[in-house]
Amino acid sequence: MILALIESRARHGYEISKLIESRSEGAVRFNVASLYPLLYRLENRGWIQGRWVDKAGQRRRRYYRLTPAGRKVLRAQRNTWQAFVAAINRIAGMEHA
Amino acid sequence: MPDWKFEIQKQLAGADIAPSREAEIIEELRQHLADRYQELVSSGLSAEEAYQAAVAELSDNKILARELRRVQRRRYRSLAPPTAGERRNLLADLWMDLRYGARLLRLSPGFSVIAILSLALGIGANAAIFQLIDAVRLRSLPVKNPQELAEVKLDPGSRSGSFTSRSASVTNALWEQIRDHQQAFSGIFAWGDDRFNLTTSGESRYAFGLWVSGDFFNVLGVKPLLGRLLTVQDDVPGCGTPGAVISYAFWQREFGGGADAIGKTLLLDSHPVPVIGVTPPDFFGVEVGWRYGVAVPICSEPVIEPQNDMHRRNWWWLGVMGRLKPGWTVKSATSHLNAISPGILEATLPEMYTPEMAKQYLAHKLEAHPAGSGVSALRADYEHSLWLLLGIAAMVLVIACANLANLMLARTSAREREIAVRLALGASRGRVVRQLLAESIVLAVAGTVLGAVLAQGLSRSLLTFLSTSRESVPLDLSMDWRLFAFMAVLAIVTCLFFGLTPALRAGRTGIGAVMKAGSRGLTATRERFNLRRVLVVCQLALSLVLMTGAFLFVGSLHKLLVQDAGFKKDGILSVSIDFTRLNMSKERTTEFENELADQTRAIPGVQSAAIASILPLSGSSMNNIVIMEGSTRQKDATANLNFVSPEYFKAMDTPMIAGRDFNDHDVPGSPLVAIVTERFVQRFLQGQNSIGKQFHVEEYVNRPKKVYEIVGVVKNEKYVDLREDFVPIFFLPEAQVNADDPDTSPFLMIRSDMETAELVSSVKRILEKINPGVSLNFRNFNEMLRRSLLRERLMAVLSGFFGLLAALLATIGLYGVISYMVSRRTNEIGIRMALGADRTSVVGMIVRQAGVLLVFGVVIGVMLSLAAAQTARTLLFELKPSDPLTLAGATLLLSVVALLASYLPARRASRVDPMTALRDE
Repeated sequence: MILALIESRARHGYEISKLIESRSEGAVRFNVASLYPLLYRLENRGWIQGRWVDKAGQRRRRYYRLTPAGRKVLRAQRNTWQAFVAAINRIAGMEHA
Repeated sequence: MPDWKFEIQKQLAGADIAPSREAEIIEELRQHLADRYQELVSSGLSAEEAYQAAVAELSDNKILARELRRVQRRRYRSLAPPTAGERRNLLADLWMDLRYGARLLRLSPGFSVIAILSLALGIGANAAIFQLIDAVRLRSLPVKNPQELAEVKLDPGSRSGSFTSRSASVTNALWEQIRDHQQAFSGIFAWGDDRFNLTTSGESRYAFGLWVSGDFFNVLGVKPLLGRLLTVQDDVPGCGTPGAVISYAFWQREFGGGADAIGKTLLLDSHPVPVIGVTPPDFFGVEVGWRYGVAVPICSEPVIEPQNDMHRRNWWWLGVMGRLKPGWTVKSATSHLNAISPGILEATLPEMYTPEMAKQYLAHKLEAHPAGSGVSALRADYEHSLWLLLGIAAMVLVIACANLANLMLARTSAREREIAVRLALGASRGRVVRQLLAESIVLAVAGTVLGAVLAQGLSRSLLTFLSTSRESVPLDLSMDWRLFAFMAVLAIVTCLFFGLTPALRAGRTGIGAVMKAGSRGLTATRERFNLRRVLVVCQLALSLVLMTGAFLFVGSLHKLLVQDAGFKKDGILSVSIDFTRLNMSKERTTEFENELADQTRAIPGVQSAAIASILPLSGSSMNNIVIMEGSTRQKDATANLNFVSPEYFKAMDTPMIAGRDFNDHDVPGSPLVAIVTERFVQRFLQGQNSIGKQFHVEEYVNRPKKVYEIVGVVKNEKYVDLREDFVPIFFLPEAQVNADDPDTSPFLMIRSDMETAELVSSVKRILEKINPGVSLNFRNFNEMLRRSLLRERLMAVLSGFFGLLAALLATIGLYGVISYMVSRRTNEIGIRMALGADRTSVVGMIVRQAGVLLVFGVVIGVMLSLAAAQTARTLLFELKPSDPLTLAGATLLLSVVALLASYLPARRASRVDPMTALRDE
C-alpha cells in the first residue's frame, strides 16, 4: 500500500498517512506510532529510501521514495493481488452461472 | 506550539536506539506531530485538546517503542560487521535450506533412492577409473623429490641385438659411458629386471629380481628399514655376490618379517647371496605396477648368470635414470646428452655389427625424459584404455545427471503451486532458487559419498581383474588429494548440471499464471516439457554412443577369441625348461630336450610333444633380415624366427601346406633346412613354388654365412600376440641350432586331452628320471592366451556394463517423459476416445511421440558415435570404428528397448476410461 503511494513521487511521512486515510475514505488509518516503524522496516528491507530535504520557505522534512527493489516487490505484489482478485471473481462468477 | 521533543523522548525510552539515529527519529516525528497538531487545531479543537489527541496517538499502546525496538534490532543485525555477519547469516540460511531439503527428500524416498543410486553409480564408476589412472599415471614415485628424476634413453629407432629387460634401453657399455661422461645429473643409476629361481630342483619358484647400479638407492633417496642398502662400493667389477637388498613384501613372505633375516643366505638361480637390507613398505622400485623382490648389484651378474656375457655390446638390458642437478631441466639435459651422444656411441659400437647396422647405431641420440612418476609397462598398455573408459564413465554420469534433471523438473512442476505461494508471500526468487539448489546439494553429496564407497570396491575389483593368479598388480590405490579433488569437482558439476536448470526455472515461475491455472500448470509447463524432451534426446544419443562402443569392444574381443591363429589353442600345455644352473653344453641340452619330448610322447593320452625356442603369442620374439639366394637385401625384409623340433606343427595342429616336417635326419652337419609360412612365401617369393628355394639371413660380421633350403610350407601363424597381422615366419630345426645362435630357455609343447594336473605330475616324474636338476614351469597355453587379451576383456566387460547402464538410464528417462505426457494428456485422450478413437490409434499416437524423440536421439547418436569411435581405433581388432553392422545393431537394440519403454505408458493411456477422464476436467 505504502509502496504504491510513493510509486509516482517521493512523499514525507505525514503526507503518506494523510493519503492512506483519504484514499481509503477513512477505512484505514495510520497514526504516528504505527506508521514510522513500518516505514523504517521497509527502509531496512531496501524497498524504500528516506532522505532529508531542505526546501526554501519550508521546514526540513524526510521524503521517502521507491527503490528499484521496492519497485519489483510492488509489481510482484500487484500480480499476486490481481491473481487473487481474479480467482475470487472467478469463484463469484461460477456462483452466478 | 508545544515542544514535542520531550514527549517523543519519553516514548522512545527503552527502545534502545543509537543516539544519532534517535535524534533523526525525534526530528521526523516532531514534524509529523506539528503537522497533526496544526490539522487538529484547524479542525476546531482547542490547543490543549489537540495536544492531548496528538500525544495519545503517539503513545498508542506503547506501540512506537515496541515496534521501533524490533525494527532497530533487525537493522542492527544487518548493519553489524558486513562480512562476518552476512556470512553467518548465509551459512545459517544454507544450513536451514539443507535441512529442509533433506527433510523433503526423506518424504519422497522413491525419488531420493533412485536419484542417489544413479548418481552414486555414475560417480563411483568415474572415481574408480580415475583412481586407476591416478595410480598408473599421475602419482609420483614414493621417493625423495621425484620431480627431479629423469630417464635417459636412446631415441626410438631400429637397433639389433637381444632385448631382455622390461626397460631395455641401453647396453652395459652404454650405461658405463653415460655414467662417466654426463654432467646434467647430480646422481645417476642403472637398473634391469630379471627373475631369480629360488628353488634348486623340480618346479621353479621365481622372485622378481632387480639388477641395480651402486648408486640406485642413494640417488632415489631410499632409506633402509633394516640393515643397509647397496652402495657404490658394492658395485665394482668382479665384486662376486656382496649382498642382496630385499623388498618389504619379500621380507614378509620369505622371512616372516623377522629381524634375523639380515645375514641369511638367499639362493638366486642356485647362487648363495647374503641378505644385507630391507627397503620400506612403500618402495617398489621405479616401475609402477611391478614390485621388485630382490635387488643385487649389476657386478654380480657374471656370477649369478654365468651363461650371459654382461659386456656384450648388443645386449640391451638396462634402464638409466638420474636426478637432475639444480638449475637443470629435462630439456637442457636432453641437449647436453645430444651433444655427448656421438662420442659415447662411437665408444660403444658393437663390434659384430655390419656397416649397415653400425650406420643406424651411430645415428642415434641420447635423450632425457621426465620420470617423476616412474616408468611403467602397465601404463603403456592401459593408459589409453583407461582414459577412454573414463570418457565412457563420464558419459554415463552425464546420462545419469540428465535423468536426474528430468526427475527434478518433474518434481518442480509438481511443486509449482508451492513455489508460487512462497513467492506471493514475499520470498525472493533468489531464495527459492537457493532452496531448490539445496535439495540438489543434498542429493549430490549423498551420491558422491556413496559413489566413493562404490569406487573403492570397483577399483579394487578392477585390479583383481588385471592380476593373474600367480602375480598381482601392485598398485597403490589409497585415496589422495587428487581423487578427493576429482570427486569434489564431480559433485559440484553434477549438482549444478541437474539442479540449476530446474531451480532457475522454478525461480521464474509466474505467480499469477500458476495460481490462475489451477492444478494444471498449462503455460509454464509447456516450455519446461520441451526441455525435458531435449534432455531425453541427449540421453538417447549418448547411450547410443556407449552401446556402439560396447558392441565394438565386445565384437573385437570375440573376433580375437574365435580367429584362426594358425593353430588349435585348446589342449596344449606349455612347459618352460630352465637348465641355467646346470651349465650344460648345447649338445647336452639338445639331447636332454629330445629325450624329454620322446618320453612325454610315450605318456598314454599325449598326442604329441615338441620343443620350441619361442613360445608363440607369449610376447617374446626373434627376428632376422632374410635375403633370398640370387637376390639382394630388400627394404623391410625382416622375418620372425623360431627353432622347433620335429612334430612341432603336429603339436600345435598347424596344417602343412607343402613339403615335409623336420625329422631326425635334420641334425648338425646335415644340410641346413627351413620351414616357412605362406606369408613368408608371399613376401619373399611372390607366392611361387618355394620348396627347394634357398635363403640366408643377415649375420653379424664375425659369423659365417649360412644358407637354408626351404623344405616345407605351413599355414600362417600368429607370432608375438593375437592382435597382430600375419607376419612372415621361418622355422629352423632345434637340432641344428649352433652354440652361437641366440640362447633362450626352450619350451616343451604338449598336446593332450588329459587333465592338466595329471599331465603335470607325469611330466615331473619323467624329469626326475632324466635330470632332477632341471627346473620346469607349467602353463596352460589357452589360459595364457586369454590372459594376453586382458585389456580387450577389460574394455569389453566395462564398456558392455556401461553401455547397458546407459541404455537403462536413457530408457527410464524416456519412460518418465512419455508417462508424464500421457498423464498430462489424459483429458485429450479421453475426448478422442469418446469421439470414437480406438485403442490402437491411441497407442500409436503415444508411441509415435516417443518415436520422434528416438529418431532425433539416434540421428545425433550415430553422428557422435562415428566421431567418438575414432578414439578407440587402436584398441579394435578387425573392426572399423564405423562398422555399419555394429552401429545398426546398437541402434536396433536401443530402439527396441526405447519403444518398449514408451509402449507401457501408451497402453495405460489406451485404457483411459473416457468418462473418468472427462469428469476430471
